[in-house]
Amino acid sequence: MALSRLSLRSTTFLKPSSLRRHVTTDTTPITIETAAPFTSHQCDPPSRSVETSSAEILSFFRDMARMRRMEIAADSLYKSKLIRGFCHLYDGQEALAVGMEAAITKKDAIITSYRDHCTFLGRGGELVDAFSELMGRMRGCSNGKGGSMHFYKKDACFYGGHGIVGAQIPLGCGLAFAQKYSKEENVSFVLYGDGAANQGQLFEALNIAALWDLPAILVCENNHYGMGTATWRSAKSPAYFKRGDYVPGLKVDGMDVLAVKQACKFAKEHALKNGPIILEMDTYRYHGHSMSDPGSTYRTRDEVSGVRQVRDPIERARKLLLSHDIATEKELKDMEKEVRKEVDDAVAQAKESPVPEASELFTNMYVKDCGVESFGADRKELKVTLA
Amino acid sequence: MWGILRRSAVDGGGFSASSLRRTRFSLVSARSYAAGSKEMTVRDALNSAIDEEMSADPKVFVMGEEVGQYQGAYKITKGLLEKYGPERVYDTPITEAGFTGIGVGAAYAGLKPVVEFMTFNFSMQAIDHIINSAAKSNYMSAGQINVPIAFRGPNGAAAGVGAQHSQCYAAWYASVPGLKVLAPYSAEDARGLLKAAIRDPDPVVFLENELLYGESFPISEEALDSSFCLPIGKAKIEREGKDVTITTFSKMVGFALKAAEKLAEEGIGAEVINLRSIRPLDRATINASVRKTSRLVTVEEGFPQHGVCAEICASVVEESFSYLDAPVARIAGADVPMPYAANLERLALPQVEDIVRAAKRACYRSK
Repeated sequence: MALSRLSLRSTTFLKPSSLRRHVTTDTTPITIETAAPFTSHQCDPPSRSVETSSAEILSFFRDMARMRRMEIAADSLYKSKLIRGFCHLYDGQEALAVGMEAAITKKDAIITSYRDHCTFLGRGGELVDAFSELMGRMRGCSNGKGGSMHFYKKDACFYGGHGIVGAQIPLGCGLAFAQKYSKEENVSFVLYGDGAANQGQLFEALNIAALWDLPAILVCENNHYGMGTATWRSAKSPAYFKRGDYVPGLKVDGMDVLAVKQACKFAKEHALKNGPIILEMDTYRYHGHSMSDPGSTYRTRDEVSGVRQVRDPIERARKLLLSHDIATEKELKDMEKEVRKEVDDAVAQAKESPVPEASELFTNMYVKDCGVESFGADRKELKVTLA
Repeated sequence: MWGILRRSAVDGGGFSASSLRRTRFSLVSARSYAAGSKEMTVRDALNSAIDEEMSADPKVFVMGEEVGQYQGAYKITKGLLEKYGPERVYDTPITEAGFTGIGVGAAYAGLKPVVEFMTFNFSMQAIDHIINSAAKSNYMSAGQINVPIAFRGPNGAAAGVGAQHSQCYAAWYASVPGLKVLAPYSAEDARGLLKAAIRDPDPVVFLENELLYGESFPISEEALDSSFCLPIGKAKIEREGKDVTITTFSKMVGFALKAAEKLAEEGIGAEVINLRSIRPLDRATINASVRKTSRLVTVEEGFPQHGVCAEICASVVEESFSYLDAPVARIAGADVPMPYAANLERLALPQVEDIVRAAKRACYRSK
């Protein structure tokens, strides 16, 4: 996926310039150590040495930059009132979406919460479909009927996009159940936050997953705040990777895209053989819980800027690319400019796209309508027979 | 048990005298009957329906508490574990939110779960998954994620089980767009509607009744065929009449039929409509009947406020106002949590005499 995008964009790099070298498409395997070791529970941790390639790290940078720009664009669209309702942004957590994709296929399933824009993009979703959905347009990935919290991409096994905290956990274990039932050698990644980690249904689903050996990987995106409540105020034990008790767990630096890739690869192999495993991804969100939350009443600005300076996933990828001489500063800046243009173009395109027709109010209620009637606010005025 | 029942070529209405059918019937009717009259309990009807659908489609599987080794808390899933094995019949821990969510997730991925709630009272623990994860998904995803799941189990009052085990959930679930809600009465209803529910690509809530499980009903050859299916959204006129329309569902259909007999003795012809489908509600059949009789008595077991009866009354007043010769009437469960004492429990539920009285009131004939 990432490589094909590179080749699509390669036309810009082929502009005549005798001094410019081609941005690398080198796929020769290289090995890089993660910045921190993994901490494990009930299992042996994977090695810190991650197999990757120059092209792959470059694609990580590009994909994360695209996700970052998308979320920033969404922020300003929300402030211009083009996005309504809830808007939960993922900027800061990009390494998770990108690193995970590098370890799995589109036949492995992903399900997540309402903070789903970047996960959608990682699964191959188009920017214009994302922005259209956010702005309630027909072109949106859910035809404008879902909104920010309900992005789906079934053909890439992305099952949403869920608004009820924790509900996606049993649902994701159900996806794993189906994979095992159908004897597929695929796994399901079930993403949830530190807030959802206390939900009873997590433990109910985990119990069944462990009993029935389901290939479910529970990924706790620990960004340290459940809305405005810090983990120390909501969890007696904030060692989320250990809370599976009999289920093994791994604690991962979620801001290190290579560590995320390694952990997900390890987890997939584990889940196919041994059933469920928990990955706790130590990550951070720069925005508040949602666009209605400034994110500064329960944490200091210093804390946020501190994380940005020291742990930002895109900056870390940039440093890696520069230190390994895979790309120059200018090449990376150019790539960011391209990504920005991509995003701006998608926003413009989405802004032009039409809202759903009024008749869409009544579509997709059922697959099999069987002559059901449905009504508008005034049933004498608006009554429809679902065909 | 019902292992011999298998999909056979449908040969025009099922009145053939082929030996296959004769053999099947002798297995079907475990008790001996006079030739020509076939009867089946609702329990056996449900069991055979699940069995046949599991046989026909490998994606169908059963999940719930005690459905496997215990043979089903009410024996509806008897024999299925032995026949299909533990990869098709799953005993779950007592964790409704967990296993219902897992069932819905499996349906997202294309399997066809039949999730049993030991009673629908326990479905409240999982109601978020039924409504937010199942009912709304096809709409929210603009058709990408459909949910071919069936939630089934006993609903409403049993006998002496008290307040927490006696509630009727028909009105709650039927108010949700995106769900289909069915309520069988007879064995034929049970077979046809459950098969329809399992085959349906949308989430279906299937409300059974514990006290009906052991009741026997005559059943036609057509209904015994493995391809038999009833349409969702169509009510059945159980008894025709021209004086008053009585609508109801589930166990109350039997009460309404008894009431109709009593009314007939007094010269009042009651038309009894078995709703079969609470959502979609067959407003057309109900209104056509009221336009014929000019009077409506709606009956349900559940709580009166915001109930199924309220919806039917509203529909009839909206659609057929000028045809009404009397106010619409509701006979429902009492507006109290279900008491335990037998006499109080009887007072808390509609009885035949309540239906008779309401029908006579609608006919302006008091005792």
